[in-house]
Amino acid sequence: MRFERAHNHTWRKIKSALAVGIAFGSALLVITPLGLVFFYLLINGAGSVNWDFFTKLPAPVGALGGGMANAIVGTLELLALAGVIGIPVGVLGGVYLAEYGSARLNSVLRFLADVLNGIPSITWGVVVYGLIVLRFKGCSAYAGGLALALIMIPLILRTTEEVILLVPNGYREAALALGVSRWKTIVHIVMKTASKGIITGILLALARVGGETAPLLFTAFGNRFWNHSLSQPIAALPLQVFTYAISPYDDWHRQAWAGALVLVTGVFCVNILVRILTRGRGASVV
Amino acid sequence: METPEQTVMERLEHGSAPPPDAEVPAAHTFEVKNVSIWYGEKLAIDNVTLDVAANAVTAIIGPSGCGKSTFLRALNRMHELTPKTRMEGTVLLNGEDLYSSTVDPAIVRRRVGMVFQKSNPFPTMTIGENVVIGLRLNGVRNQRFLNERLEKSLRMAALWDEVKDDLHKPGTSLSGGQQQRLCIARALAVEPEVILMDEPCSALDPIATAKIEELIYQLKARYTIVTVTHNMQQAGRVSDYTAFFYLGRLIEYGPTTKIFTNPGEKQTEDYITGRFG
Repeated sequence: MRFERAHNHTWRKIKSALAVGIAFGSALLVITPLGLVFFYLLINGAGSVNWDFFTKLPAPVGALGGGMANAIVGTLELLALAGVIGIPVGVLGGVYLAEYGSARLNSVLRFLADVLNGIPSITWGVVVYGLIVLRFKGCSAYAGGLALALIMIPLILRTTEEVILLVPNGYREAALALGVSRWKTIVHIVMKTASKGIITGILLALARVGGETAPLLFTAFGNRFWNHSLSQPIAALPLQVFTYAISPYDDWHRQAWAGALVLVTGVFCVNILVRILTRGRGASVV
Repeated sequence: METPEQTVMERLEHGSAPPPDAEVPAAHTFEVKNVSIWYGEKLAIDNVTLDVAANAVTAIIGPSGCGKSTFLRALNRMHELTPKTRMEGTVLLNGEDLYSSTVDPAIVRRRVGMVFQKSNPFPTMTIGENVVIGLRLNGVRNQRFLNERLEKSLRMAALWDEVKDDLHKPGTSLSGGQQQRLCIARALAVEPEVILMDEPCSALDPIATAKIEELIYQLKARYTIVTVTHNMQQAGRVSDYTAFFYLGRLIEYGPTTKIFTNPGEKQTEDYITGRFG
Protein backbone atom coordinates (compact mmCIF):
# COMPACT_ATOMS: atom_id res chain seq x y z
CA MET A 1 0.00 0.00 0.00
CA ARG A 2 2.60 2.48 1.06
CA PHE A 3 4.75 1.67 -1.88
CA GLU A 4 1.82 2.13 -4.24
CA ARG A 5 0.96 5.48 -2.76
CA ALA A 6 4.52 6.70 -3.10
CA HIS A 7 4.61 5.45 -6.64
CA ASN A 8 1.37 7.26 -7.48
CA HIS A 9 2.69 10.38 -5.91
CA THR A 10 5.78 10.41 -8.09
CA TRP A 11 3.75 9.66 -11.19
CA ARG A 12 1.35 12.47 -10.34
CA LYS A 13 4.24 14.86 -9.94
CA ILE A 14 5.54 13.87 -13.35
CA LYS A 15 2.13 14.31 -14.95
CA SER A 16 1.72 17.68 -13.32
CA ALA A 17 5.12 18.86 -14.48
CA LEU A 18 4.35 17.59 -17.95
CA ALA A 19 1.05 19.49 -18.09
CA VAL A 20 2.66 22.71 -16.88
CA GLY A 21 5.45 22.23 -19.40
CA ILE A 22 3.03 21.79 -22.30
CA ALA A 23 1.00 24.81 -21.23
CA PHE A 24 4.15 26.93 -20.96
CA GLY A 25 5.33 25.70 -24.35
CA SER A 26 1.99 26.62 -25.90
CA ALA A 27 2.10 30.07 -24.38
CA LEU A 28 5.59 30.53 -25.77
CA LEU A 29 4.40 29.35 -29.18
CA VAL A 30 1.70 32.02 -29.13
CA ILE A 31 4.10 34.82 -28.30
CA THR A 32 7.00 33.75 -30.51
CA PRO A 33 5.44 34.74 -33.88
CA LEU A 34 4.75 38.23 -32.56
CA GLY A 35 8.38 38.57 -31.52
CA LEU A 36 9.59 37.13 -34.83
CA VAL A 37 7.35 39.37 -36.92
CA PHE A 38 8.37 42.49 -35.09
CA PHE A 39 12.05 41.55 -35.17
CA TYR A 40 11.97 40.70 -38.86
CA LEU A 41 10.14 43.91 -39.69
CA LEU A 42 12.71 45.92 -37.75
CA ILE A 43 15.62 44.30 -39.58
CA ASN A 44 14.11 44.75 -43.01
CA GLY A 45 12.11 47.92 -42.61
CA ALA A 46 13.82 50.13 -40.07
CA GLY A 47 16.44 51.23 -42.60
CA SER A 48 13.77 52.63 -44.94
CA VAL A 49 11.72 54.44 -42.30
CA ASN A 50 12.98 57.98 -42.60
CA TRP A 51 11.66 61.50 -42.99
CA ASP A 52 11.00 60.99 -46.70
CA PHE A 53 8.88 57.96 -45.97
CA PHE A 54 6.42 60.09 -43.99
CA THR A 55 6.52 63.17 -46.21
CA LYS A 56 6.94 62.12 -49.83
CA LEU A 57 4.76 60.55 -52.47
CA PRO A 58 5.77 57.20 -53.95
CA ALA A 59 8.58 57.58 -56.45
CA PRO A 60 8.01 56.48 -60.06
CA VAL A 61 9.29 53.08 -61.06
CA GLY A 62 13.06 53.11 -61.33
CA ALA A 63 13.55 56.28 -59.33
CA LEU A 64 14.97 55.73 -55.88
CA GLY A 65 13.50 57.20 -52.70
CA GLY A 66 9.98 58.41 -52.31
CA GLY A 67 7.62 57.69 -49.43
CA MET A 68 4.14 56.75 -48.41
CA ALA A 69 2.82 60.05 -47.13
CA ASN A 70 -0.35 59.74 -49.21
CA ALA A 71 -0.97 56.20 -47.96
CA ILE A 72 -0.53 57.15 -44.31
CA VAL A 73 -2.90 60.08 -44.65
CA GLY A 74 -5.23 57.90 -46.74
CA THR A 75 -5.42 55.27 -44.03
CA LEU A 76 -6.23 57.96 -41.48
CA GLU A 77 -8.95 59.35 -43.76
CA LEU A 78 -10.39 55.89 -44.31
CA LEU A 79 -10.37 55.24 -40.57
CA ALA A 80 -12.12 58.57 -39.95
CA LEU A 81 -14.80 57.70 -42.52
CA ALA A 82 -15.18 54.20 -41.09
CA GLY A 83 -15.41 55.65 -37.59
CA VAL A 84 -18.05 58.20 -38.52
CA ILE A 85 -20.25 55.43 -39.89
CA GLY A 86 -19.23 52.51 -37.72
CA ILE A 87 -18.85 53.95 -34.22
CA PRO A 88 -22.38 55.37 -33.77
CA VAL A 89 -24.05 52.36 -35.32
CA GLY A 90 -21.93 49.88 -33.37
CA VAL A 91 -22.24 51.68 -30.03
CA LEU A 92 -25.97 52.35 -30.31
CA GLY A 93 -26.57 48.78 -31.47
CA GLY A 94 -24.63 47.52 -28.45
CA VAL A 95 -26.68 49.77 -26.17
CA TYR A 96 -29.87 48.38 -27.69
CA LEU A 97 -28.76 44.80 -27.18
CA ALA A 98 -27.73 45.44 -23.58
CA GLU A 99 -30.60 47.68 -22.48
CA TYR A 100 -33.61 47.12 -24.71
CA GLY A 101 -35.12 44.42 -26.85
CA SER A 102 -36.60 41.10 -25.87
CA ALA A 103 -34.44 38.18 -24.80
CA ARG A 104 -35.29 36.18 -27.89
CA LEU A 105 -34.72 39.00 -30.39
CA ASN A 106 -31.46 39.85 -28.66
CA SER A 107 -30.12 36.32 -28.81
CA VAL A 108 -30.86 36.29 -32.55
CA LEU A 109 -29.15 39.67 -33.04
CA ARG A 110 -26.18 38.56 -30.95
CA PHE A 111 -25.84 35.41 -33.01
CA LEU A 112 -25.99 37.37 -36.26
CA ALA A 113 -23.36 39.82 -35.01
CA ASP A 114 -21.07 36.90 -34.19
CA VAL A 115 -21.65 35.47 -37.66
CA LEU A 116 -20.79 38.89 -39.16
CA ASN A 117 -17.60 38.96 -37.08
CA GLY A 118 -16.58 35.67 -38.65
CA ILE A 119 -17.09 36.73 -42.26
CA PRO A 120 -13.82 36.97 -44.24
CA SER A 121 -13.00 40.62 -44.70
CA ILE A 122 -12.72 40.39 -48.49
CA THR A 123 -16.42 39.59 -48.56
CA TRP A 124 -17.12 43.10 -47.30
CA GLY A 125 -15.04 44.44 -50.15
CA VAL A 126 -17.17 42.49 -52.62
CA VAL A 127 -20.41 43.60 -50.96
CA VAL A 128 -19.44 47.26 -51.08
CA TYR A 129 -18.16 46.83 -54.63
CA GLY A 130 -21.58 45.55 -55.65
CA LEU A 131 -23.55 48.09 -53.64
CA ILE A 132 -21.52 51.28 -54.08
CA VAL A 133 -18.67 50.98 -56.56
CA LEU A 134 -20.75 49.58 -59.42
CA ARG A 135 -23.60 51.99 -58.79
CA PHE A 136 -21.42 55.10 -58.67
CA LYS A 137 -19.12 53.80 -61.37
CA GLY A 138 -15.84 54.05 -59.55
CA CYS A 139 -13.79 53.22 -56.50
CA SER A 140 -13.73 55.89 -53.82
CA ALA A 141 -12.65 56.70 -50.30
CA TYR A 142 -16.32 56.54 -49.34
CA ALA A 143 -16.57 52.94 -50.55
CA GLY A 144 -13.39 51.98 -48.70
CA GLY A 145 -14.55 53.68 -45.52
CA LEU A 146 -17.89 51.93 -45.74
CA ALA A 147 -16.25 48.52 -46.18
CA LEU A 148 -14.12 49.12 -43.09
CA ALA A 149 -17.16 50.43 -41.18
CA LEU A 150 -19.09 47.25 -41.95
CA ILE A 151 -16.28 45.23 -40.39
CA MET A 152 -16.16 47.53 -37.36
CA ILE A 153 -19.86 47.54 -36.57
CA PRO A 154 -20.31 43.99 -35.26
CA LEU A 155 -16.99 44.24 -33.38
CA ILE A 156 -17.95 47.45 -31.60
CA LEU A 157 -21.49 46.25 -31.08
CA ARG A 158 -20.43 43.16 -29.20
CA THR A 159 -17.78 44.84 -27.02
CA THR A 160 -20.15 47.70 -26.20
CA GLU A 161 -22.89 45.28 -25.25
CA GLU A 162 -20.57 43.30 -23.03
CA VAL A 163 -19.17 46.26 -21.10
CA ILE A 164 -22.64 47.77 -20.66
CA LEU A 165 -23.91 44.49 -19.23
CA LEU A 166 -21.04 44.66 -16.75
CA VAL A 167 -22.40 47.89 -15.23
CA PRO A 168 -24.12 46.83 -12.00
CA ASN A 169 -27.87 47.20 -12.04
CA GLY A 170 -27.70 49.20 -8.81
CA TYR A 171 -26.52 52.26 -10.74
CA ARG A 172 -29.43 52.10 -13.17
CA GLU A 173 -31.87 51.72 -10.30
CA ALA A 174 -30.26 54.56 -8.36
CA ALA A 175 -30.65 56.92 -11.31
CA LEU A 176 -34.18 55.81 -12.19
CA ALA A 177 -35.17 56.21 -8.52
CA LEU A 178 -34.11 59.86 -8.76
CA GLY A 179 -36.75 60.35 -11.43
CA VAL A 180 -34.22 60.36 -14.26
CA SER A 181 -35.60 59.11 -17.56
CA ARG A 182 -34.49 55.79 -18.99
CA TRP A 183 -32.60 57.35 -21.88
CA LYS A 184 -30.73 59.85 -19.70
CA THR A 185 -29.91 57.07 -17.27
CA ILE A 186 -28.38 55.06 -20.08
CA VAL A 187 -26.41 57.95 -21.56
CA HIS A 188 -25.26 59.74 -18.41
CA ILE A 189 -24.92 56.91 -15.94
CA VAL A 190 -24.58 53.55 -17.70
CA MET A 191 -22.55 54.61 -20.74
CA LYS A 192 -20.43 56.96 -18.67
CA THR A 193 -19.64 54.16 -16.25
CA ALA A 194 -18.78 51.86 -19.14
CA SER A 195 -17.02 54.54 -21.20
CA LYS A 196 -13.52 53.13 -20.79
CA GLY A 197 -14.68 49.75 -22.02
CA ILE A 198 -16.59 51.28 -24.93
CA ILE A 199 -13.59 53.38 -25.98
CA THR A 200 -11.36 50.32 -25.70
CA GLY A 201 -13.69 48.41 -28.02
CA ILE A 202 -13.66 51.28 -30.52
CA LEU A 203 -9.87 51.58 -30.49
CA LEU A 204 -9.38 47.86 -30.94
CA ALA A 205 -11.84 47.84 -33.85
CA LEU A 206 -10.00 50.79 -35.46
CA ALA A 207 -6.68 48.99 -35.01
CA ARG A 208 -8.14 45.87 -36.54
CA VAL A 209 -9.56 47.53 -39.67
CA GLY A 210 -6.58 49.86 -39.99
CA GLY A 211 -4.53 46.89 -41.11
CA GLU A 212 -7.13 45.44 -43.47
CA THR A 213 -6.12 45.11 -47.11
CA ALA A 214 -8.66 42.81 -48.69
CA PRO A 215 -11.80 44.95 -48.24
CA LEU A 216 -9.98 47.92 -49.79
CA LEU A 217 -8.79 46.14 -52.94
CA PHE A 218 -11.82 47.00 -55.02
CA THR A 219 -13.33 49.78 -52.92
CA ALA A 220 -10.63 52.32 -52.03
CA PHE A 221 -8.49 50.80 -54.77
CA GLY A 222 -5.31 52.71 -53.90
CA ASN A 223 -3.80 55.79 -55.43
CA ARG A 224 -0.21 56.74 -56.17
CA PHE A 225 -0.97 60.41 -55.66
CA TRP A 226 -2.71 62.63 -53.15
CA ASN A 227 -6.41 62.11 -52.98
CA HIS A 228 -8.26 65.38 -53.53
CA SER A 229 -11.82 64.15 -53.21
CA LEU A 230 -13.35 61.43 -51.09
CA SER A 231 -15.28 60.27 -54.15
CA GLN A 232 -11.98 59.37 -55.84
CA PRO A 233 -9.79 56.32 -55.20
CA ILE A 234 -7.55 56.74 -52.19
CA ALA A 235 -4.27 55.22 -51.03
CA ALA A 236 -4.04 53.14 -47.87
CA LEU A 237 -0.98 51.87 -46.08
CA PRO A 238 -1.84 48.15 -46.23
CA LEU A 239 -2.80 48.45 -49.91
CA GLN A 240 0.45 50.18 -50.71
CA VAL A 241 2.40 47.52 -48.82
CA PHE A 242 0.54 44.85 -50.77
CA THR A 243 1.22 46.51 -54.12
CA TYR A 244 4.88 47.06 -53.34
CA ALA A 245 5.42 43.60 -51.89
CA ILE A 246 4.23 41.81 -55.03
CA SER A 247 6.25 44.08 -57.30
CA PRO A 248 9.57 42.93 -58.76
CA TYR A 249 11.58 45.95 -57.55
CA ASP A 250 13.95 45.76 -54.60
CA ASP A 251 13.44 49.38 -53.68
CA TRP A 252 9.69 48.86 -53.51
CA HIS A 253 10.26 45.79 -51.36
CA ARG A 254 12.19 47.90 -48.89
CA GLN A 255 9.37 50.44 -48.88
CA ALA A 256 6.88 47.63 -48.28
CA TRP A 257 8.87 46.49 -45.24
CA ALA A 258 8.92 50.02 -43.93
CA GLY A 259 5.18 50.35 -44.50
CA ALA A 260 4.48 47.12 -42.68
CA LEU A 261 6.67 48.26 -39.79
CA VAL A 262 4.81 51.56 -39.51
CA LEU A 263 1.47 49.76 -39.64
CA VAL A 264 2.40 47.27 -36.93
CA THR A 265 3.85 50.04 -34.78
CA GLY A 266 0.60 51.97 -35.16
CA VAL A 267 -1.48 48.98 -34.06
CA PHE A 268 0.99 48.38 -31.25
CA CYS A 269 0.62 51.97 -30.04
CA VAL A 270 -3.17 51.72 -30.08
CA ASN A 271 -2.96 48.59 -27.96
CA ILE A 272 -0.62 50.31 -25.51
CA LEU A 273 -3.09 53.21 -25.35
CA VAL A 274 -5.85 50.73 -24.58
CA ARG A 275 -3.77 49.22 -21.78
CA ILE A 276 -3.18 52.65 -20.27
CA LEU A 277 -6.86 53.52 -20.57
CA THR A 278 -8.07 50.33 -18.94
CA ARG A 279 -5.52 50.42 -16.16
CA GLY A 280 -6.30 53.90 -14.78
CA ARG A 281 -7.74 54.73 -11.39
CA GLY A 282 -10.62 52.54 -10.27
CA ALA A 283 -13.18 55.25 -10.87
CA SER A 284 -14.97 53.07 -13.37
CA VAL A 285 -16.05 49.47 -13.21
CA VAL A 286 -15.06 48.45 -16.70
CA MET B 1 -30.77 64.67 23.55
CA GLU B 2 -33.23 61.97 22.82
CA THR B 3 -31.79 59.03 20.93
CA PRO B 4 -33.94 56.52 19.05
CA GLU B 5 -33.04 53.83 21.54
CA GLN B 6 -34.24 55.87 24.48
CA THR B 7 -37.54 56.66 22.92
CA VAL B 8 -38.25 53.06 22.09
CA MET B 9 -37.15 51.91 25.52
CA GLU B 10 -39.48 54.45 27.12
CA ARG B 11 -42.27 53.48 24.83
CA LEU B 12 -41.78 49.82 25.53
CA GLU B 13 -41.58 50.43 29.27
CA HIS B 14 -44.51 52.72 29.61
CA GLY B 15 -46.52 51.11 26.90
CA SER B 16 -47.56 54.47 25.49
CA ALA B 17 -46.95 55.44 21.90
CA PRO B 18 -46.46 59.20 21.67
CA PRO B 19 -47.15 60.06 18.01
CA PRO B 20 -48.96 57.00 16.64
CA ASP B 21 -52.35 56.49 18.07
CA ALA B 22 -54.63 54.08 16.32
CA GLU B 23 -57.76 55.97 17.44
CA VAL B 24 -56.78 59.33 15.97
CA PRO B 25 -56.76 59.19 12.17
CA ALA B 26 -53.33 60.47 11.12
CA ALA B 27 -52.66 62.10 7.77
CA HIS B 28 -51.82 59.43 5.24
CA THR B 29 -49.10 59.76 2.63
CA PHE B 30 -49.92 56.52 0.85
CA GLU B 31 -53.24 54.79 0.60
CA VAL B 32 -52.70 51.31 -0.77
CA LYS B 33 -55.87 49.48 -1.76
CA ASN B 34 -56.16 45.83 -2.75
CA VAL B 35 -52.75 45.70 -4.38
CA SER B 36 -51.65 42.40 -5.89
CA ILE B 37 -48.44 41.97 -7.88
CA TRP B 38 -47.36 39.09 -10.05
CA TYR B 39 -43.93 38.26 -11.43
CA GLY B 40 -44.92 36.22 -14.45
CA GLU B 41 -47.19 33.57 -12.95
CA LYS B 42 -45.88 33.99 -9.42
CA LEU B 43 -48.03 35.98 -7.02
CA ALA B 44 -45.63 38.15 -5.01
CA ILE B 45 -48.11 40.47 -3.26
CA ASP B 46 -51.54 39.19 -2.42
CA ASN B 47 -54.29 41.77 -2.02
CA VAL B 48 -52.60 44.19 0.38
CA THR B 49 -54.46 47.20 1.76
CA LEU B 50 -52.56 49.58 4.00
CA ASP B 51 -52.31 53.31 4.75
CA VAL B 52 -48.89 54.83 5.38
CA ALA B 53 -48.90 57.62 7.95
CA ALA B 54 -47.33 60.94 7.05
CA ASN B 55 -44.20 62.17 8.84
CA ALA B 56 -43.68 58.83 10.50
CA VAL B 57 -41.44 55.85 9.97
CA THR B 58 -43.19 52.71 8.81
CA ALA B 59 -41.18 49.51 8.99
CA ILE B 60 -41.95 46.50 6.82
CA ILE B 61 -40.77 43.25 8.33
CA GLY B 62 -41.07 39.63 7.38
CA PRO B 63 -38.97 36.65 6.32
CA SER B 64 -37.04 36.58 3.03
CA GLY B 65 -39.26 36.26 0.00
CA CYS B 66 -42.36 37.55 1.78
CA GLY B 67 -42.79 40.43 -0.67
CA LYS B 68 -41.43 43.26 1.50
CA SER B 69 -39.18 44.68 -1.18
CA THR B 70 -41.77 44.20 -3.91
CA PHE B 71 -44.32 46.10 -1.86
CA LEU B 72 -41.81 48.89 -1.18
CA ARG B 73 -40.89 49.15 -4.85
CA ALA B 74 -44.56 49.30 -5.81
CA LEU B 75 -44.72 52.60 -3.90
CA ASN B 76 -42.54 54.34 -6.50
CA ARG B 77 -43.15 52.01 -9.42
CA MET B 78 -39.62 50.60 -9.31
CA HIS B 79 -41.01 47.07 -9.43
CA GLU B 80 -42.01 47.75 -13.04
CA LEU B 81 -38.35 47.52 -14.02
CA THR B 82 -38.56 43.76 -13.54
CA PRO B 83 -39.83 42.22 -16.76
CA LYS B 84 -43.25 40.56 -16.85
CA THR B 85 -44.70 42.21 -13.76
CA ARG B 86 -48.42 42.71 -13.48
CA MET B 87 -50.25 44.71 -10.89
CA GLU B 88 -53.80 45.20 -9.69
CA GLY B 89 -55.19 47.65 -7.17
CA THR B 90 -54.48 51.31 -6.50
CA VAL B 91 -51.78 53.27 -4.75
CA LEU B 92 -52.61 56.87 -3.87
CA LEU B 93 -49.83 59.31 -2.99
CA ASN B 94 -51.43 62.21 -1.12
CA GLY B 95 -54.64 61.37 -2.91
CA GLU B 96 -53.19 61.02 -6.43
CA ASP B 97 -53.23 57.69 -8.22
CA LEU B 98 -49.63 56.69 -8.94
CA TYR B 99 -50.74 54.16 -11.52
CA SER B 100 -53.07 56.34 -13.54
CA SER B 101 -52.29 56.04 -17.23
CA THR B 102 -51.39 59.74 -17.42
CA VAL B 103 -48.72 59.51 -14.75
CA ASP B 104 -45.06 59.30 -15.80
CA PRO B 105 -43.14 56.83 -13.59
CA ALA B 106 -40.16 59.22 -13.63
CA ILE B 107 -42.30 61.90 -11.96
CA VAL B 108 -43.49 59.39 -9.37
CA ARG B 109 -39.88 58.55 -8.55
CA ARG B 110 -38.97 62.20 -8.24
CA ARG B 111 -41.64 62.52 -5.55
CA VAL B 112 -40.87 59.18 -3.91
CA GLY B 113 -37.13 58.76 -3.39
CA MET B 114 -35.38 55.52 -2.68
CA VAL B 115 -32.29 54.28 -0.86
CA PHE B 116 -31.01 50.80 -1.60
CA GLN B 117 -29.56 47.93 0.38
CA LYS B 118 -26.18 48.23 -1.25
CA SER B 119 -24.88 51.78 -1.28
CA ASN B 120 -24.46 52.77 -4.91
CA PRO B 121 -22.80 56.17 -5.40
CA PHE B 122 -22.01 56.63 -9.08
CA PRO B 123 -18.38 55.54 -9.52
CA THR B 124 -17.55 58.09 -12.21
CA MET B 125 -18.61 61.06 -10.09
CA THR B 126 -17.26 63.05 -7.18
CA ILE B 127 -19.07 63.33 -3.87
CA GLY B 128 -20.55 66.67 -4.92
CA GLU B 129 -21.60 65.47 -8.37
CA ASN B 130 -23.27 62.45 -6.84
CA VAL B 131 -25.48 64.61 -4.65
CA VAL B 132 -26.75 66.92 -7.38
CA ILE B 133 -26.86 64.46 -10.30
CA GLY B 134 -30.60 63.95 -9.89
CA LEU B 135 -31.20 67.69 -10.23
CA ARG B 136 -28.74 68.01 -13.11
CA LEU B 137 -30.29 65.22 -15.13
CA ASN B 138 -33.72 66.63 -14.42
CA GLY B 139 -32.63 69.83 -16.12
CA VAL B 140 -31.44 72.13 -13.30
CA ARG B 141 -28.57 74.30 -14.58
CA ASN B 142 -28.31 77.12 -12.04
CA GLN B 143 -24.96 76.54 -10.34
CA ARG B 144 -25.74 78.59 -7.24
CA PHE B 145 -28.96 76.69 -6.71
CA LEU B 146 -27.11 73.39 -7.14
CA ASN B 147 -24.47 74.44 -4.60
CA GLU B 148 -27.12 75.44 -2.08
CA ARG B 149 -28.95 72.20 -2.52
CA LEU B 150 -25.69 70.27 -2.29
CA GLU B 151 -24.88 71.67 1.13
CA LYS B 152 -28.45 71.42 2.38
CA SER B 153 -28.79 67.78 1.32
CA LEU B 154 -25.47 66.78 2.82
CA ARG B 155 -26.38 68.55 6.07
CA MET B 156 -29.72 66.78 6.22
CA ALA B 157 -27.94 63.48 5.61
CA ALA B 158 -25.55 64.32 8.49
CA LEU B 159 -22.59 64.05 6.16
CA TRP B 160 -21.64 67.67 5.52
CA ASP B 161 -19.10 68.02 8.32
CA GLU B 162 -17.32 64.85 7.24
CA VAL B 163 -17.03 65.63 3.52
CA LYS B 164 -17.25 69.41 3.11
CA ASP B 165 -13.53 69.63 2.26
CA ASP B 166 -13.58 66.55 0.02
CA LEU B 167 -16.48 67.30 -2.32
CA HIS B 168 -14.23 66.80 -5.35
CA LYS B 169 -13.13 63.30 -4.29
CA PRO B 170 -14.79 60.24 -5.81
CA GLY B 171 -17.97 59.17 -4.08
CA THR B 172 -16.61 55.67 -3.87
CA SER B 173 -13.69 56.87 -1.72
CA LEU B 174 -15.99 57.14 1.31
CA SER B 175 -16.55 54.41 3.89
CA GLY B 176 -19.57 52.12 3.58
CA GLY B 177 -21.67 54.06 6.08
CA GLN B 178 -20.70 57.40 4.55
CA GLN B 179 -21.56 56.08 1.09
CA GLN B 180 -25.00 55.13 2.31
CA ARG B 181 -25.52 58.59 3.79
CA LEU B 182 -24.27 60.02 0.49
CA CYS B 183 -26.99 58.01 -1.24
CA ILE B 184 -29.52 59.41 1.22
CA ALA B 185 -28.26 62.93 0.46
CA ARG B 186 -28.58 62.19 -3.26
CA ALA B 187 -32.17 61.06 -2.74
CA LEU B 188 -32.94 64.15 -0.60
CA ALA B 189 -31.49 66.55 -3.16
CA VAL B 190 -34.43 66.16 -5.55
CA GLU B 191 -36.75 67.07 -2.64
CA PRO B 192 -39.01 64.05 -2.60
CA GLU B 193 -42.08 63.79 -0.40
CA VAL B 194 -41.32 60.27 0.71
CA ILE B 195 -38.17 58.23 1.17
CA LEU B 196 -38.26 54.49 0.70
CA MET B 197 -35.42 52.50 2.21
CA ASP B 198 -34.75 48.93 1.22
CA GLU B 199 -32.72 47.41 4.07
CA PRO B 200 -30.49 50.49 4.22
CA CYS B 201 -28.26 49.16 7.01
CA SER B 202 -27.93 45.49 6.18
CA ALA B 203 -24.42 45.93 4.76
CA LEU B 204 -23.20 48.25 7.51
CA ASP B 205 -21.41 47.77 10.81
CA PRO B 206 -23.21 48.63 14.09
CA ILE B 207 -21.75 52.13 14.39
CA ALA B 208 -22.64 53.09 10.82
CA THR B 209 -26.05 51.52 11.39
CA ALA B 210 -26.62 53.63 14.49
CA LYS B 211 -25.83 56.77 12.50
CA ILE B 212 -28.30 55.88 9.76
CA GLU B 213 -30.97 55.08 12.34
CA GLU B 214 -30.37 58.40 14.04
CA LEU B 215 -30.70 60.04 10.66
CA ILE B 216 -33.96 58.25 9.88
CA TYR B 217 -35.29 59.44 13.20
CA GLN B 218 -34.43 63.05 12.35
CA LEU B 219 -35.67 62.90 8.78
CA LYS B 220 -39.20 61.92 9.70
CA ALA B 221 -39.85 65.46 10.87
CA ARG B 222 -39.86 66.43 7.19
CA TYR B 223 -40.44 63.21 5.31
CA THR B 224 -42.58 60.15 5.36
CA ILE B 225 -40.28 57.16 5.54
CA VAL B 226 -40.99 53.56 4.67
CA THR B 227 -38.19 51.12 5.41
CA VAL B 228 -37.80 47.43 4.84
CA THR B 229 -35.69 45.66 7.42
CA HIS B 230 -34.61 42.19 8.39
CA ASN B 231 -33.54 43.42 11.77
CA MET B 232 -36.27 43.26 14.42
CA GLN B 233 -34.41 45.45 16.88
CA GLN B 234 -33.99 48.05 14.19
CA ALA B 235 -37.68 48.03 13.36
CA GLY B 236 -38.37 48.46 17.08
CA ARG B 237 -35.88 51.29 17.41
CA VAL B 238 -36.71 53.46 14.44
CA SER B 239 -40.29 52.86 13.40
CA ASP B 240 -43.60 54.25 14.54
CA TYR B 241 -45.65 51.69 12.63
CA THR B 242 -44.81 48.17 11.63
CA ALA B 243 -46.28 46.00 8.92
CA PHE B 244 -45.62 42.27 9.04
CA PHE B 245 -45.66 40.49 5.68
CA TYR B 246 -45.70 36.76 5.20
CA LEU B 247 -45.95 34.89 1.88
CA GLY B 248 -47.04 38.01 0.06
CA ARG B 249 -49.84 38.84 2.48
CA LEU B 250 -50.05 41.60 5.03
CA ILE B 251 -50.52 39.68 8.26
CA GLU B 252 -50.60 42.51 10.73
CA TYR B 253 -50.15 46.26 10.70
CA GLY B 254 -50.22 48.74 13.54
CA PRO B 255 -48.19 50.92 15.90
CA THR B 256 -44.77 49.38 16.44
CA THR B 257 -45.21 49.26 20.20
CA LYS B 258 -48.34 47.18 19.80
CA ILE B 259 -46.88 44.83 17.18
CA PHE B 260 -43.83 44.23 19.33
CA THR B 261 -45.46 43.98 22.77
CA ASN B 262 -48.89 42.64 22.02
CA PRO B 263 -49.17 41.24 18.51
CA GLY B 264 -52.66 40.30 17.46
CA GLU B 265 -51.64 37.44 15.21
CA LYS B 266 -49.91 34.23 16.17
CA GLN B 267 -47.67 34.38 13.05
CA THR B 268 -46.44 37.85 13.95
CA GLU B 269 -45.61 36.78 17.47
CA ASP B 270 -43.78 33.68 16.25
CA TYR B 271 -41.70 35.70 13.84
CA ILE B 272 -40.84 38.46 16.25
CA THR B 273 -40.07 36.24 19.21
CA GLY B 274 -38.11 33.85 17.04
CA ARG B 275 -35.84 36.67 16.05
CA PHE B 276 -35.66 38.14 19.49
CA GLY B 277 -34.48 34.93 21.14
